[in-house]
Amino acid sequence: MKRNKIAVAGIALLATGAMALAGCSAGENPDQGGGSEFQADPDAIILTNGTEPEHPLIPTNTNEVGGGKILDEIFAGLVYYDGDGAPVNDMAEEIITEDPQNITVKLKKGHTFTNGEEVTADNFVKAWNNGAQAENAHLSSYFFEDIEGFINDPGDAANPDDDIFGAQGDMSGLKIVDDHTFTITLNKPASDFALRLGYSAYYPLPDVAFDDMEAFGENPIGNGPYMLAEEGAWQHDVQIDLVRNDDYKGERQPANGGLTIKFYATQDAAYADLQGDQVDVIDEIPPVSLPTFQDDLGDRAVNQPSAVFQSFTIGQFLPHFSGEEGVLRRQAISMAIDREQITDKIFFGTRTPAADFTTPVIAGWSDSIAGAEVLEYNPEKAKELWAEADKISPWEGEFQIAYNSDGGHQEWVDAVTNSITNTFEIEASGAPYPTLAVMREQINARTITTAARSGWQADYPGMYNFLGPLYATNAGSNDGDYSNPEFDDLLESGISNPDAEAQIEEFTQAQEILLNDLPAIPLWYQNATGGYSQNVQNVTVGWNSVPIFHQITKAAE
Amino acid sequence: MLSYILRRLLQVIPVFIGATLLIYFLVFAMPGDPILALFGDRSPNPALVSALRERYHLNDPFLVQYWYYITGVLQGDLGVTFSGRPVSEVLVDTLPVTGRLALMAIGIEFTMAIIIGTISAMNKGKIFDHVSLIVALVSIAIPIFVLCFLAQYFLAIQWGWFKPTVGADNDWGGLWLPALVLGFSLYAVSMRLMRSSVIDTLNQDWVRTAYSKGLPRRRVIPVHVLRNSLIPVITHSATSFGILLVGATVTEGIFNVPGVGNTLYQAAIRGEGPTVVSFVTVFVILYVLVNLVIDLLYGLLDPRIRYV
Repeated sequence: MKRNKIAVAGIALLATGAMALAGCSAGENPDQGGGSEFQADPDAIILTNGTEPEHPLIPTNTNEVGGGKILDEIFAGLVYYDGDGAPVNDMAEEIITEDPQNITVKLKKGHTFTNGEEVTADNFVKAWNNGAQAENAHLSSYFFEDIEGFINDPGDAANPDDDIFGAQGDMSGLKIVDDHTFTITLNKPASDFALRLGYSAYYPLPDVAFDDMEAFGENPIGNGPYMLAEEGAWQHDVQIDLVRNDDYKGERQPANGGLTIKFYATQDAAYADLQGDQVDVIDEIPPVSLPTFQDDLGDRAVNQPSAVFQSFTIGQFLPHFSGEEGVLRRQAISMAIDREQITDKIFFGTRTPAADFTTPVIAGWSDSIAGAEVLEYNPEKAKELWAEADKISPWEGEFQIAYNSDGGHQEWVDAVTNSITNTFEIEASGAPYPTLAVMREQINARTITTAARSGWQADYPGMYNFLGPLYATNAGSNDGDYSNPEFDDLLESGISNPDAEAQIEEFTQAQEILLNDLPAIPLWYQNATGGYSQNVQNVTVGWNSVPIFHQITKAAE
Repeated sequence: MLSYILRRLLQVIPVFIGATLLIYFLVFAMPGDPILALFGDRSPNPALVSALRERYHLNDPFLVQYWYYITGVLQGDLGVTFSGRPVSEVLVDTLPVTGRLALMAIGIEFTMAIIIGTISAMNKGKIFDHVSLIVALVSIAIPIFVLCFLAQYFLAIQWGWFKPTVGADNDWGGLWLPALVLGFSLYAVSMRLMRSSVIDTLNQDWVRTAYSKGLPRRRVIPVHVLRNSLIPVITHSATSFGILLVGATVTEGIFNVPGVGNTLYQAAIRGEGPTVVSFVTVFVILYVLVNLVIDLLYGLLDPRIRYV
């Protein structure tokens, strides 16, 4: 009897636990009627997600979103991009493009860094020179490669061993006219250079940064709408606390009191926090939650096209893919892919089928460029084209698409290769690589023997950024070694054309050539996905998939 | 006793050298260029890549890189991550967090194992014993990440008893949820060990003697039985500690605990040699030391055990 008491107590405990777990259905959290009075608290701190920056917070040495998200809030450059991707003057009073190779920048007067120092032309020029120095090897140094004085071309006299990439000493193309004016001279025509100036590589730095760049990277002093809450506000791998910068006089006036960016190791953790009301805004949804997040969050879910373009590149050096036969096969493959079905079934509507080589969020995008039919699913036409190619040279072997297994690509690659197998009755499959680094190594060395997935995230909302670096002859990211002189001519003519409308015209014509030659097969635009809690309002996501934080308002606790 | 401890400590040195060499070699042999990975889908200029490789000594042969690293370690410099932070700093930030998590998890595991194991043993064959076996089997069968997600979804999001993630709140109080999940996933084996150990002890002559002397159960069990039954369980918990140090990676990812598991995983993905080797080396040394402490504990628990 006595002994049984303990046993009975134990069983009772276990039973209650089991019943509690079983009894609770997937109960919804009662909606705390967000409809009634929303009193915005101007000093509320917005909680959002981020990742630990991979490098100290120096603008020219940061090229990933973890650091970029922070830099964009604590610094203010010459211009910033509004929600539609259009440039708006921030520190610049006026940017005059005299001709495609000469730009004059006039700064607003009276803007300061948070340590009181005035923002002058010197701050910009010194920061840019520092970022461009070859010996510093900054990751974003290529943003300065168009400025005179930047050594890049192998044929350059100053680069005999072809092992210098960057400036040596101050760039001759940057001249300070007076405290609030400086000029930029480019070494090749680039009439969209003014458009690029919103990117974080072009931010100014206060003089104190040059005294100790390492310490500055830990506790940066900026001139933007937010600033670090205190010294040591950056808790590595945990979070960074930003507060509103009341000295900021620009247009991006914050409607809240600050921003706490919590660093999450996984997207699942961020989404769990959003459901548990521990974070206000997140800008990524874990793959497992893609099917359900729009139902869970309702109109607090974010799902809109972004500036990320996905494709797979078929190198010009692969057998059967060059010359006329190559063009036929590429077009055939492109028409054998049902992009609608894949984006719907595999990605649950979080990708938008591609209609060109750029992205809907930039000016001049069009979904009716001549030749865009090649991006529509048309298996009959595809078979025809493939048969024609076989007449030139019969197909042999297996068609493979390389991808990195750590990026969640297996499903769509399998879907695409299955579709190819079914349409052409050839062998097709995916070729997984363990990490992106391994795959990129082979791609860069041109030792890759298969097609490979590729993608592009725009640095600035301009068409040239999607076309030049990827498809111009010998361009830096031209993985497939594509070369078409007609295309190059149109690009050059467009980039030297001072008229924005005419520029878009010429780039669109250039895309017509791409749609015929298909150096890479466009797949889809990646949508910006995310969500926000009931405590915040006015959440809009910018062209770069990052929420526009300074506009977000939060209810008083 | 002292010479025993010294001999055990001396063993740490060959373990240290062997482990660092092996791990460094493994990281070195990994395919893929970590510098290229920094640029994602873009192809950086080759001159820039080679400048960066120079900076991180990635062009030097394996033994040279290893030499740099070892001489650094002996001077207290564990290397620098790609982001410029000293690895020792990263260790100092993350090790206490995982240490707290591991200690709490072991504490919970231990407590559950001892209590449930003892009660099961005393009620051998009765309902409590059977139910505890089933619950133990279930806890072993369910993968840890499923347990984590279940706990996070129900206990944190639906019922709000805990916060879904840890993040900045990684002091003792904030780590309850992940510690509970970890402890629950591990307690089963310890519990069964405890149970069989107690059953064995209960059959000993001296326990029967104690009862026949008239001692009440509440004195016999804690004072006479428990102490003698703990040895197998303590040995097992030394193994648990090793599992917890690195096996907590999955749990740390799901609950966003800024501990070593996470950092190590990220560093391994990026191919950061110094970070991976330093962390793993510290683990190896810790594991050896913990085992030493456990072995010495036997002497406390069982006076018959003596070290020469």
